[in-house]
Amino acid sequence: MSDYNFAYLDEQTKRMIRRAILKGLAIPGYQVPFASREMPMPYGWGTGGVQVSAATLTPEDRLKVIDQGADDTTNAVSIRKFFERTAGVATTEETANASVIQTRHRIPEEPLTEDQILVYQVPIPEPLRFLEPSEIETRKMHALEDYGLMHVKLYEDIARHGQIATAYAYPVKVEGRYVMDPSPIPKFDNPKMSDMAAIQLFGAGREQRIYALPPYTQVVSLDFRDFPFEASKADAPCDLCGAEDSYLDEVIVDDEGGRMFICSDTDYCRSRQTKTTGVGRVRSREEA
Amino acid sequence: MSHAETGHLLKVEGLTKRYGARIGCADVSFDLWPGEVMGIVGESGSGKSTLLNCLAGHLVPDAGRVMFDTRAEGMKDTITMSEPERRMLGRTDWAFVHQHARDGLRMNVSAGGNVGERLMAVGARHYGEIRDSAEDWLGRVEIDSGRIDDRPTAFSGGMQQRLQIARNLVTGPRLVFMDEPTGGLDVSVQARLLDLLRGLVREMGLSAIIVTHDLAVVRLLADRLMVMKDGHVVEAGLTDQVLDDPQHAYTQLLVSSVLQV
Repeated sequence: MSDYNFAYLDEQTKRMIRRAILKGLAIPGYQVPFASREMPMPYGWGTGGVQVSAATLTPEDRLKVIDQGADDTTNAVSIRKFFERTAGVATTEETANASVIQTRHRIPEEPLTEDQILVYQVPIPEPLRFLEPSEIETRKMHALEDYGLMHVKLYEDIARHGQIATAYAYPVKVEGRYVMDPSPIPKFDNPKMSDMAAIQLFGAGREQRIYALPPYTQVVSLDFRDFPFEASKADAPCDLCGAEDSYLDEVIVDDEGGRMFICSDTDYCRSRQTKTTGVGRVRSREEA
Repeated sequence: MSHAETGHLLKVEGLTKRYGARIGCADVSFDLWPGEVMGIVGESGSGKSTLLNCLAGHLVPDAGRVMFDTRAEGMKDTITMSEPERRMLGRTDWAFVHQHARDGLRMNVSAGGNVGERLMAVGARHYGEIRDSAEDWLGRVEIDSGRIDDRPTAFSGGMQQRLQIARNLVTGPRLVFMDEPTGGLDVSVQARLLDLLRGLVREMGLSAIIVTHDLAVVRLLADRLMVMKDGHVVEAGLTDQVLDDPQHAYTQLLVSSVLQV
């Protein structure tokens, strides 16, 4: 172990964050202010998610950290190591084996269960922010359910691009009440948020906000009747595992226009390859 | 006018707003009937805008009542009603036209989006229909429908003001508050705007309260007139009567100060 308190934060801070989380769970989609602490990493690296994870973890937990769906990117590796060192918890890359999953920009493809908690890193928690700069005003708008402005944004999208071009951080309405920013996940993931068995927690460190979705909460993506919401993805199967139902990253493989589509959820892709080939081998990108 | 007790659209009683020891407006009372246009004139600092903002719910007055004939519940005090109710009025039955179009428009949203905002705020969720009524309203305020996807930043001052009017009238309000609607526009643009306003007011049967320091504006638009000085209403009556036969010394000064060309 180390000289750090369990999971880095002191107990009083974790208590304060837990209270914010509980309040958030009690009012799904409502942004609860909390006294965000300075963390040993820069803002934008997931300081909000890390604090929520720290307040959520117990010594028995098994932690998985993903960044854009991948377990092996800098951000994911750093945060995983951070908790290995400060909390001494077990870690995993397998979605099904994790009890707490901290994520940046994705929801795992494998459906989550009631025994799991999904922690999102959130850069800007306020869905109305780019339309209404005043925090006083946006809070009032939330309080009064004055959400016409949200559709103005979607209207502008259609007027300019012929369709709703918002592809990530697509605004949702929670249980028919609060409009919420789902963090910058692709809109492909939006339907997964609704009626999810796992608890979903959202932490924004710089903006000092926590919000939450309890299990089995109704989450509806905003749209127009003649331009309904569509969970879009690249129109291709994964070049590594052949999955047609998972969100894909486009990877440029040479400088002659060559490209391939691969699952952004690395664990999902690997488990499918293992199943089809019967060998626990991971094909590297060079091989493919 | 004893029969009119139930026919009022707006009934203002003893409205007072103080800024500390200074008076914004004091003990203002008047009635407004459906389809009537009321002008409020006076020099800068006379409390016109304070009064208008109190009426429209932007400022909380210190005393008085503002009774409005709501569709659901009849006459109701808009000062004591809940904020959601007042906001609902603000985007359905009421409209507010600011002096500077920038205050009333979303400058980074297209003209169509600006007009459509109120529709979406009251629950319109069909893009095609929203766009159709936006186009229709741009036409009514003489903005070419080809400009529907342009932002107001690309519009001239007069166009911005007309866009603001379209954006406000799209939900078919019954009462329009206007704060110097022609201020800052050159005279030929003013004339066209006034023409347009007069047409819309007559055609839609709108009631309006227009604050201005320009007597020509009230002469053209207003049925009745209130003259304010130092926060008090010093004279009120039919527009032509007040302008042609001013009784109060200040009104006489005001009328005689107009430059004749």
